[in-house]
Amino acid sequence: MPPRRLDRGVRRIVLCGLATVSGVVLLFSYRTSTSPDPPAEAAGTADGPAAAVPPAAPSTGRSSSGGAWSGTVTGPVVRIQWGEVQVRATIERGRITAVDVLRTPDENTHDRQVNARAVPVLVRETIAAQSSRIDMVSGATFTSTGYVQSLQAALDRAGTA
Amino acid sequence: MTTATEPVARRVEHVMGLPISLALRGRHTTDPLADAAWAAALAALREADRMFSTYRDDSVVSAIRRGELAVADGPADLHEVLDVARRAERATGGAFSVWLPGPDGTTALDPSGVVKGWAVERAAAALRGLDGTDFCLSAGGDMVCRASCGPAWRIGIEDPRDPARLIAVVPVADAAVATSGVAHRGGHLVDARTGERPAVVAQVTVIATSLTWADVDATAAYALGGRAAQWLGQRVGRTGLVVWADGTTTTTQSPDRP
Repeated sequence: MPPRRLDRGVRRIVLCGLATVSGVVLLFSYRTSTSPDPPAEAAGTADGPAAAVPPAAPSTGRSSSGGAWSGTVTGPVVRIQWGEVQVRATIERGRITAVDVLRTPDENTHDRQVNARAVPVLVRETIAAQSSRIDMVSGATFTSTGYVQSLQAALDRAGTA
Repeated sequence: MTTATEPVARRVEHVMGLPISLALRGRHTTDPLADAAWAAALAALREADRMFSTYRDDSVVSAIRRGELAVADGPADLHEVLDVARRAERATGGAFSVWLPGPDGTTALDPSGVVKGWAVERAAAALRGLDGTDFCLSAGGDMVCRASCGPAWRIGIEDPRDPARLIAVVPVADAAVATSGVAHRGGHLVDARTGERPAVVAQVTVIATSLTWADVDATAAYALGGRAAQWLGQRVGRTGLVVWADGTTTTTQSPDRP
């Protein structure tokens, strides 16, 4: 499927997807249930921000990028709750300058609402910070029992191992 | 100068039946000063548990519930917690309360909705003394974060319909994040006026300067059900993310921000 250059609204949605997806993949790529597809196109280098996703380890995902890298980074195909997402970021001297959608969930109202309204902060942050790592997870109180299966536990394992 | 590439040192302990996670980066992450601050934070949480737990027979709260101790005779910390609870009750028109109706129709003191945030906020004071060090202290998904040296901490918000996924990511430099919902548990998340669990809202996340109020407001907004976002948007100094039962979301910004 040829990449499309999209209008601002959709690009925002995709940026949201890019960062959220990267974060989720970052954490849970070791879980086969959340990442059924292997990265389809590893076009980017390992130190591009969006591609800084170790495929088999729940690492904290700190990018080793020096910030001066230019090129395109194609993210893996990621299955999110409402479908599959794949994006490509164009990076010029370490900054994201464009994001193209290669694959997106179908554009029903539900997707638009969730993506466009939930994470505007995220979009700005993605562009500014050049990072899609997650440091901590906030959720409805998990107990010590539920913690074992939580995203936070995966982060903690990665940081204390 | 802390940078994004600086490693984060993590620690986990279980206190009050909750996983307590700490992330540190900067000058003191694994040295004896960090060890001492972590020990002090955990001690503060255990102290709060001894006083407020509804599961411990020897707690102050249990004594009040049994009628053996009058509220007026309780320690100063109890009154501080009850004061927060009273302000939250007023602000929500009674939807939030630490006096909850039990199955037998009587009301019993259950300050859980206030205590956790309050206790973690207090525990975080021990970490604020670590100079040149950024921290994020989380108790079961509610956290106090400080990033004065390096970039903002990046906080993922769980998807209530699938806690293995995130629904949003928020950069937090110096603030608290609390999430209330039923993804993991939520016995105290009922409308105190009816004793019922709201059905239209799945999860509420609140970002505020103090975890005491982030936690209280998240719980209160959740208890308000369909009015969660409307109410939260009027609260000064709060940013909110409401996830409705149908999966749609609403973000709120406090009226004092542009």
